[in-house]
Amino acid sequence: MDYLVANFGTIFFYLVAALTVAGAVGVIVARNPVHSALCLLWTFFMVAVLFILRHAELLAAVQVLVYAGGIMVLYLFVIMLARVKNLRPEEVFLSGLAPLAVVGGVLIGALLSIGILLGTMAVGGSGSAALANVGNQPVGNTEAVGMVLYTRYLVPFEVVSVVLLVAMIGAIVFGRRDPVADSGAAEVEQ
Amino acid sequence: MITATHYVALSLILFCLGLIGVMVRRNFITVLMSLELMFNAVNLNLIAFSFRLGDLGGQVLAIFVITVAAAEAAIGLGLIIALVRLKDTIALDEADVMRS
Repeated sequence: MDYLVANFGTIFFYLVAALTVAGAVGVIVARNPVHSALCLLWTFFMVAVLFILRHAELLAAVQVLVYAGGIMVLYLFVIMLARVKNLRPEEVFLSGLAPLAVVGGVLIGALLSIGILLGTMAVGGSGSAALANVGNQPVGNTEAVGMVLYTRYLVPFEVVSVVLLVAMIGAIVFGRRDPVADSGAAEVEQ
Repeated sequence: MITATHYVALSLILFCLGLIGVMVRRNFITVLMSLELMFNAVNLNLIAFSFRLGDLGGQVLAIFVITVAAAEAAIGLGLIIALVRLKDTIALDEADVMRS
């Protein structure tokens, strides 16, 4: 028992790491794309826990908001849109798996809470203080990342915004109905 | 004590799983999800070394990686929609329109 208490951080890391790998294996072996997506969602949450353990609190929040909130919804939309052949309607809603979903949600919440607790209590490691400092003043991790992002990495930040714009235009172009066929049809009508 | 080595090992496993998924799966959507796994492995590495070196640059770079992953997801899913419209399938080996 003493061993468990003394090495709780290590044991917790191995537990979360094992759950992360389990989720990743689920992504590549699941036959149903919806199951793959749920396993991927699980992996995203576990990676967020690992981020918190390494004092990347902002990254963990971004991981949950952008990946779990944004990208996963996009994936699920496309899975529904693409009308996959081997995806029967009754399999889409996972009604039989509802208890499992509840257990998974509670487990994610518990693991995130323990991760936050460990991350804030045991501030160790060689450079953890530098991850939440602005000019030797202790601030939050978010403020520290913001200061670095908008000073030292300002130009890459602007370049990335162009990348996002290009991706947006590209997605719109791909998502349009076939423009050649449409214009050809319009000419025929005239 | 958990060191950067532990994180690099986990990141290696995640990356290899993602790589396997990209190479063996036929389903386009699952392939894209495996790509996301690989992005996550890269992020884990960046965060681990950011902590190890006490440098915030790793965390900022991870934010950029997440941005690029979001762009990749948008483009990839647009491609899936286009492929479904063209061939009515999401099996990658059926996407052979440009094969001579």
